[in-house]
Amino acid sequence: MVKVGIPRSLMYYLFFPMWKTFFEELGAEVVVSGPTTKKIMDDGVRACVDEACLALKVYFGHVLSLKDKVDFLFIPRLTSLSRNEYVCPKFGGLPDMIRSSIGGLPRIIDTELNLRRDKNGLLSAAMEIGGYFSTSSAAINLAYKKAVLCQREYSRFLRTGAYPTDILEKNLCDRKRDGSRLQIAVIGHCYNLYDSYINMGLLKKLERAGVSALTVEMMEEEDVNRKAAGISKRMFWYFGRKAVGTALCMLERQNVDGMLYVMAFGCGVDSFVCDYVERLVRNRSDMPFAVITLDEHTGEAGLDTRVEAFADMIRWRHGHEADFSTHGQHIYCDQGTAR
Amino acid sequence: MKLTFPHMGNTYIATKVLLDELGADYVIPPFNNRRALEIGTKYAPELACLPLKINLGNYIQAYGQGADTIMITGGCGPCRFGYYSEIERGILRDAGLEMDVIALEMPDGGPPELFSRIKRVTGGLNACRLAGAVRRAAQTSLLVDELERLTYRTRPRELLRGSTDRIYGNFRNDVLKAKGFEDVKRLIHDTADSLERLETDHTKIPLMVGIVGEIYTTIDSYTNMNIDMKLGNMGIEVHRAVTVSEWVFDHMLKKALHLPCDTAYIEAAKPYLGAMIGGHARETVGNAVLYAKRGFSGIVQIYPLGCMPEIVAQSILPSVERDHNIPILTLIIDEMTGEAGYMTRLEAFLDVLERRSEDVYAKL
Repeated sequence: MVKVGIPRSLMYYLFFPMWKTFFEELGAEVVVSGPTTKKIMDDGVRACVDEACLALKVYFGHVLSLKDKVDFLFIPRLTSLSRNEYVCPKFGGLPDMIRSSIGGLPRIIDTELNLRRDKNGLLSAAMEIGGYFSTSSAAINLAYKKAVLCQREYSRFLRTGAYPTDILEKNLCDRKRDGSRLQIAVIGHCYNLYDSYINMGLLKKLERAGVSALTVEMMEEEDVNRKAAGISKRMFWYFGRKAVGTALCMLERQNVDGMLYVMAFGCGVDSFVCDYVERLVRNRSDMPFAVITLDEHTGEAGLDTRVEAFADMIRWRHGHEADFSTHGQHIYCDQGTAR
Repeated sequence: MKLTFPHMGNTYIATKVLLDELGADYVIPPFNNRRALEIGTKYAPELACLPLKINLGNYIQAYGQGADTIMITGGCGPCRFGYYSEIERGILRDAGLEMDVIALEMPDGGPPELFSRIKRVTGGLNACRLAGAVRRAAQTSLLVDELERLTYRTRPRELLRGSTDRIYGNFRNDVLKAKGFEDVKRLIHDTADSLERLETDHTKIPLMVGIVGEIYTTIDSYTNMNIDMKLGNMGIEVHRAVTVSEWVFDHMLKKALHLPCDTAYIEAAKPYLGAMIGGHARETVGNAVLYAKRGFSGIVQIYPLGCMPEIVAQSILPSVERDHNIPILTLIIDEMTGEAGYMTRLEAFLDVLERRSEDVYAKL
């Protein structure tokens, strides 16, 4: 059987069920790289240019660990996943970057996925990708339909509060969501949030600190889009729209105790989106807001401290409603006039 | 309303002509300088690209001179530049500066919304006057880029080191005092005359180096530490494919009028980078290939830290280097780049280029 390799990184967390179904329906065997390890990260850091974001370096590591075990590597060119939006330049150039940086690669399926102006972009891409495995358009079409159904089911499951890794790693667990836990919105790219090596087990740390995380994947698409459409200039990044829309939805909910933005050093999109979301949240509310920046230097103690301090600070605020802060004003009001 | 705009290389000259022809009241911020970058770095997100930081510095320095409205262009991604206006608006508001930001781009609201923005800049919408002003500004950008190309030819060949720099430096300052298209055009022609009359070494055949990369850092001399001047003064003739006039004519005007654009760089980039991924990544890779085919001795890629498209281009350029046997140096700029380290790398790179060309002559 023909083997197709899918690196366990980047959009794996969002779209794996769809592509697994698609390839298996067409008679291929899907091989996924193992969970991120130190070796994978180190190999990736060495193969990739220094300036790339962490997730990209880890992706390179996964490709290296997978390339000799498969006949095809599935590295689509993700130009756009949604109307009038882009994902990020690196996603658009990913297959080219891989080809120029890594030798001894098997055949790469680098079909472009571009839904920016063409709502049938996914179907046409699927027909092209399917062509590597079957000459029957009918069979490819059928595989596509089943894949889309599977993906819809997966998204629905995520909206109930499961993490992608619960399903992808077959680790369904009954996550405690009782009232005693703090409800914190955790906004971050899926590849930073759900890869527990990259984020040093952040989600588990949050759980241990008595926090229930509310992520972008748990939101209803219509609510997020409605809110995101209300800002003065439309965000033209897929994740940017989701982050801003999610943040605005969270501001409206009564029971959200705080917001955490998880970004990666060197992420161009996050450098702007995080700033925009932070200004939005701080100007419209007094919701506690913190930013965690990840990079390939491990400093787990620092991460522990920040997570615990953030949760403690929120609980302290709840318990001391009558105390007035000596600071008294939002930090941005105190910035003063510029010279 | 007192307008201002960000600095990017010599764009201030064409913008000045535009605003003079429209009779607008404006302030040109001080040329990019250390202080502007410091101010901008203080207010901008840490990981924002350098052009945002230095532009913020421009606006805040212009605010100190009475400016209250910023005029910039925009975009629709994936490059962050398209969102500069929004980020800048938020930063300036939260810093307590009363400055309006007008983004001249095609908004979702379509042409009517764009016209209303243009009206705010021009104070009325006399289509004839506007068209005339735009035409003259576009012509100015062409003339200025031609002048700059002339300096790239005279600098490596001049007999008295520093002559080109002196004449060109005077021009950049004198043009601030000129008013309107005719004045500026005359000054450009006078400067070109002075440069052409310089005593040069006609027998010299300088090495040719191509400059590629992100448009702002390749065009703006302060940001790229005057790399074109430095290379020129070291006897190298530089060439920069991506210029403002090329951007205005090819990308904006020709595309809007559905005329065929120059696609040589797209074809050249195809084997290496098959799609438009944002910014000038495809230009960087494509022009690198074209320079190699034209027999250039080396290529320098310059970009600001974090520039997403250029990071993709950087990871692809080693293949171009290998396939076309041409050395490529990458220089990354941020607010902490030290000039000495930069110069060392440049000098070492030039040593490599000189030695390679000697080897070629030795074999002949």
